[in-house]
Amino acid sequence: MWVVYFLLDGFVLGAGMLYPFLAKDSHDKKILLKTIGPVWDGNEVWLIMVGAGTFAVFPAAYALLFSYLYPVFLLLLFALIVRGVSIEFREELFVRGWRKTWDGVFVLSSFLPAFLFGVLFGNLFLGLPFDAIGYHGSFLRLLNGYSLLMGALFVLLFLVHGSLYASLKITGPLTHTALHTARRIWIPLVAVMAIVLVLTSFTTRLGDSYRTSYALITVPLLAVLALIAIRMFLAAKKPFMAFVSSSAVILFFMTSGFIGLFPNLIPSSIDASHNLTAYNASASPYALKIMLITSFIFFPLVIGYTIWAYYVFRERIKAEEVSDETSSGY
Amino acid sequence: MRYTNTASITPKTLLSRNGLKANSLKGVHQHMDVVFLSRLQFAMTSMFHWTFVPLTLGLSVLLASMEIRYAFTGNELYLKMTKFWGKLFVINFVLGVVTGITLEFQFGMNWAEYSKYAGDIFGGPLALETLLTFFLESVFIGVWIFGWEKLSKKAHAVVIALVALGATLSAFWILVANAWMQHPVGYAIRNNRIELVDFGALITNPVAWLKFGHATTSGYALAAFFVMGVSAYHLLKKNQAEFFLKSFKTGAVFALLSSALMIGIGDFHAAEVARTQPSKFAAMESVWDTGTHVAYYTFLVPDPENERNRFEGPKIPSLVSFLAFNTADAEIKGLKDFPRNERPPVHMTFWSFRLMVGIGFAMLLLSFLAVLYTYRKTLERHPRFLMLLILSILLPYLGGQLGWIVAEVGRQPWIVYGIMKTSQGISTNVSTAQVYTSFIGLGLLYTSLAVIDIYLLTKFAKKGPDKDVSVFLKTTSEHTR
Repeated sequence: MWVVYFLLDGFVLGAGMLYPFLAKDSHDKKILLKTIGPVWDGNEVWLIMVGAGTFAVFPAAYALLFSYLYPVFLLLLFALIVRGVSIEFREELFVRGWRKTWDGVFVLSSFLPAFLFGVLFGNLFLGLPFDAIGYHGSFLRLLNGYSLLMGALFVLLFLVHGSLYASLKITGPLTHTALHTARRIWIPLVAVMAIVLVLTSFTTRLGDSYRTSYALITVPLLAVLALIAIRMFLAAKKPFMAFVSSSAVILFFMTSGFIGLFPNLIPSSIDASHNLTAYNASASPYALKIMLITSFIFFPLVIGYTIWAYYVFRERIKAEEVSDETSSGY
Repeated sequence: MRYTNTASITPKTLLSRNGLKANSLKGVHQHMDVVFLSRLQFAMTSMFHWTFVPLTLGLSVLLASMEIRYAFTGNELYLKMTKFWGKLFVINFVLGVVTGITLEFQFGMNWAEYSKYAGDIFGGPLALETLLTFFLESVFIGVWIFGWEKLSKKAHAVVIALVALGATLSAFWILVANAWMQHPVGYAIRNNRIELVDFGALITNPVAWLKFGHATTSGYALAAFFVMGVSAYHLLKKNQAEFFLKSFKTGAVFALLSSALMIGIGDFHAAEVARTQPSKFAAMESVWDTGTHVAYYTFLVPDPENERNRFEGPKIPSLVSFLAFNTADAEIKGLKDFPRNERPPVHMTFWSFRLMVGIGFAMLLLSFLAVLYTYRKTLERHPRFLMLLILSILLPYLGGQLGWIVAEVGRQPWIVYGIMKTSQGISTNVSTAQVYTSFIGLGLLYTSLAVIDIYLLTKFAKKGPDKDVSVFLKTTSEHTR
């Protein structure tokens, strides 16, 4: 579920961070906003699903994570609230300064979640400092070098993902700007990814899982290959395949992380006997069975109508269709 | 290997554990601060949430009815109505969504011990709410707002109906979760936590269904009063009379039906509270002594310190017993028979309940008059009544808040009635400073959002519908042809 959320909201966050920079004028901005307007809310529900799903399936992990990382989730909450509001309210008024303000707010509130998710997973990979007594960490300790780098990685990855998505939904010169941006950000992305992969294998215990079965290394390897493929498809002028590749990077990178963590959900950095694992933090077998059955029935349904919604808005947004009038859909 | 932190926690040891950890009065004091602030924060964030959500609930249903009528009759007045009220709906919708995220996060952030202890049973309905209803609501709202030119008339009407369905069903799942805290069913206490043993019992909990009926009809009534109030404003201004008479009529009929249902279901709900949460019921009616033939005082002032009522007005004999159990000689357990530390705050519960009931009946009366005047076609001859209806937009908002105060404050000191106290559910590692920060931060953010929301709603409500919808009509008709 984390993966689906990042795949979908990754490009909304990326496009959100980028759009005032890609756009030359307010008309361009409107076009770019229209690429995410119909879908951002549905995408964000995947995050709610991650939260509620963790609550139902691993209640102990949910309780521990959200309360130990109280400041992180508070910031995340602020960003998500403000982002949703700015997408919708920006369009309502023509007052001077109104849109400029919301633009700034929107960029910041798109950047913050991307960065915080990176920091969050950085700290999960490192483990949190807790034992039988409780939590010994602080907010500043969460902002260690490795996690900050992970934050940067998420931001860059979503930027590339977002600009590729935008390039697929628009027409005209703006498309080239978006693709050009993707190409430029790709370079630091590769650099940061390389450092993160090296650091991960040396400073975290994630490598342990891979040493038990070397075949698993194909997963992070696929992430690297997909990363290279983005650039190749961009050079070959195949933006759709480049977008597929950036999705694959997210998919394989996150999967690599989860393989590395398994069976841990939240490892303790000071006392491994207190690691929260998929076994000791899970709900009762009966509750899990209920969740499993309902998931089997309803996830396909959700995915079905989500695909339908994307299909409805499959056409690229033509510049002349977007008027400068107020309001989003009216 | 069990997670040892959990292993040591049972409701009885939890408080002492926190006390031991702190090992000083200051520590205990700080614990109470965190509990108090977290409660205050939860109250504030859920009250804001319930400010935005009922309008979403009710207006989505009204919009669906308007657009379906348009799709089947082709009457463009209904399209114009859908557009105008839809605009206000969209402004308000997003705030219901984003304030909902806070509530989900807070269970883990501030109430970690509760989430850990009860998560096996409480997490399920939240996950199902997201999976079964949030996706439905959120995916289709995007299609609805941006899909006017992409879908046929009928398909577009179905989309808003699905949004309305999602909104209403989401209320069901969250109320299943809340009802379980009020009246726990289908559980067993084992492995040092509360585990789900009967999913059927959880979703057939009568309290859940009564709450669902009561809360959704109150949301429907709120939206209907909103539509009536805004229409009344324009009728007084003699602005687009045809449009607003039609809107008013829809609102009035809907308000009468939902107010009547809301009161009817509310009555059953109160009777269910008498059975399942006697301490809450005793506080709602401020009954101190256990007895049969308990009288209803038309007016009274509770005096919790001296365990009596300071003043009691004219009474109706046996009415409380009768309302609760349908028979005059039913026994009502008085507050004196509950230990002092297991009684809810009486003033807050009692006054909120009285006021809520009063508001409910006022809404019934107002909507009855509204329907009467509409069908007699004398509405415009009653400007004072129209003025009153503009002010009455606030009534259901107030009633809804009071209702939740009765439900949540009346449940205290329990977080899960009879099983776990609220103070035991708090996160043990969160500091007073952290909760201060989040409380003040969220308070400021929410207040500014509410101000912007009210500003935008008022602005667009006053502006009225666009006089010329022909531009839009052309595109739709071309598309559907």
